Amino acid sequence: MAGVSIEARPAGTSLSVSDLRLKMGRRRREGVVRRVFFAAALVSVLINVLIVVTLFDGTWDFLSRVELRLLWTDGWFPRRDMYDIRTIVAGTMVVAVVAMVVATPLGLGAAVYLAEYASRRARRWLKPILEVLAGIPSVVMGFFALIWISPNIMQSFFDAGLFSLGAAGIGVGILITPLVASVAEDAMFAVPGSLREASYGLGARKRATTIRVVFPAAVSGIVAALILGISRAIGETLVVAIAAGGTGGSLFTIDPRQQGQTMTAAMTALATGSDQVKGATLAFPSLFFVGALLFFMTLGLNVMSERFVRRVRKSY
Amino acid sequence: MAATHVSATAGAVEQALRGRRTDVGGVAFRIALFGALLISLLVLVILLADVFRTAWPVFRDRGVADFVTSNISSLPERAGVRQGIIGSLYIVAFVVVIAIPLGIGGAIYMEEYARDTRLTRVINANIRNLAGVPAIVYGLLGIALFVQFQALQPITGGRSIISGGLTIAILVLPIVIITSAEALRAVPRSIREAAFGVGATRWEVVRSHVLPYAAPGIFTGTILTLARAFGETAPLILLGAATGFLSTGSAGFVDTLKGPYTALPTLVFAYARKNLRAFEQITAATIVTLLVVLLLVNATAIILRNRYERKW
Repeated sequence: MAGVSIEARPAGTSLSVSDLRLKMGRRRREGVVRRVFFAAALVSVLINVLIVVTLFDGTWDFLSRVELRLLWTDGWFPRRDMYDIRTIVAGTMVVAVVAMVVATPLGLGAAVYLAEYASRRARRWLKPILEVLAGIPSVVMGFFALIWISPNIMQSFFDAGLFSLGAAGIGVGILITPLVASVAEDAMFAVPGSLREASYGLGARKRATTIRVVFPAAVSGIVAALILGISRAIGETLVVAIAAGGTGGSLFTIDPRQQGQTMTAAMTALATGSDQVKGATLAFPSLFFVGALLFFMTLGLNVMSERFVRRVRKSY
Repeated sequence: MAATHVSATAGAVEQALRGRRTDVGGVAFRIALFGALLISLLVLVILLADVFRTAWPVFRDRGVADFVTSNISSLPERAGVRQGIIGSLYIVAFVVVIAIPLGIGGAIYMEEYARDTRLTRVINANIRNLAGVPAIVYGLLGIALFVQFQALQPITGGRSIISGGLTIAILVLPIVIITSAEALRAVPRSIREAAFGVGATRWEVVRSHVLPYAAPGIFTGTILTLARAFGETAPLILLGAATGFLSTGSAGFVDTLKGPYTALPTLVFAYARKNLRAFEQITAATIVTLLVVLLLVNATAIILRNRYERKW
């Protein structure tokens, strides 16, 4: 390590500024290192810019060539030049709603239990379970949705076919449960103990304290968790691509028992059929149009979620 | 009259304070909450049990070694995952070589060098935004950048391992930055101040004092990133990993990198979309392989975390 050189100096002379300054070599190295790290940090800005440029460029290419009435037809069939936005947006919404119906009670219930009820020892055992669940790749959940959720839940209780938006939605819901639970739990954990003690001091029981004191105090973080969950559900791809069917295209539907197409699944369908798609010239650029739609929807939700999280941080 | 009133009240108060009545609502609430957690656990157990049970005949009849070393095939009784494993290892290699140094470097800048300026805040917002972008959008970026962009296309060779690896590297970059930054933030300020106090420059402080203490945390985060890279599927599907498969011939190293490829998770996707009945077991067996790989990666991370974790 480069030490500071200490030279003997004749008595009577005092230190000057130049004595304290770094030697040229060391100073230059500092500058180089700093610039290298700065460049590394700037890469993320570059990637963001590239994403936006890519999406805009592709969307412009698509919109300038497509007949606009094709964006509002009966269904999403890119091979037949039918690009009904409603179909894929509605499909996405159905999956997101089903997913939140599953993930909200499971995620928030788990979060409240872990934050308020579980002993420290229980927490040590229970949290890793959620972490393992969070680590299951979405393609695995897609297969599970197809071979287990679909026959055992959608087919037997809701009279749906093998492929359905509902089965995909339940799969996505399970997939985002750990995320919802962990963000919500963080929010409740951040509520100061003094609030709980004050509530107990007034004679409130655990349940009243949890519902009437802790929950309202952490509500921003809980809302943030739910919004983040929706954002993730909208962007989730593989579960829908495997379990929702509608690979060749889909008619407009808002029935979770039907096959359907979401924005993300539409994109994978376009890509896996890439050999055939080359003939129809607009099918490929439509990928970027759907991608742009997806990007801005999730961006909006993420920004909203962050606002809410920041509100929690400010208050405590 | 007054006396009985007082004594009655006192009795009621005493009873209320002793809480002899069981709090039925409270118990039900508690059970419901625990139930939520239990259902999550149950789903996990069912998922694993179901996948393992479905996969079992493949491993029993053909042996683990045969399945893992067989190539992709349209015949279920001969299909294997060899190319998927190799493809996934290539992709993870790209993450290790590109995303991890770049991410740690970015994190060091944000935590150690950056002052609270407008530019810093912009970079920060960018990183957080990137972490929330759906994976499949990265696939579009990959297509535009590495497949369609004429200047880069000769280098990447279109829908190739290079394109897939670079795209996954870009995808995990924000995660590397965020986890590394967290690890750096956990190093107490006093360590930096002590080093500055004896005249070290900023880089010397970072290299010799901050990084050694933050290393376990950075390392753990990095390994978890690799797990993510192993499981990520959507962008690779856009970049041709579902339809292509790794050539098994004797092509040169660079040609292999520029050639078609597949990865473990995209193989799951590809098998899952074939004839479901015929390929159900093969798909499940591929998933088991993927899960075992992920388990090994995650276990390494957990062991390292427990071994080197430090409390200040």
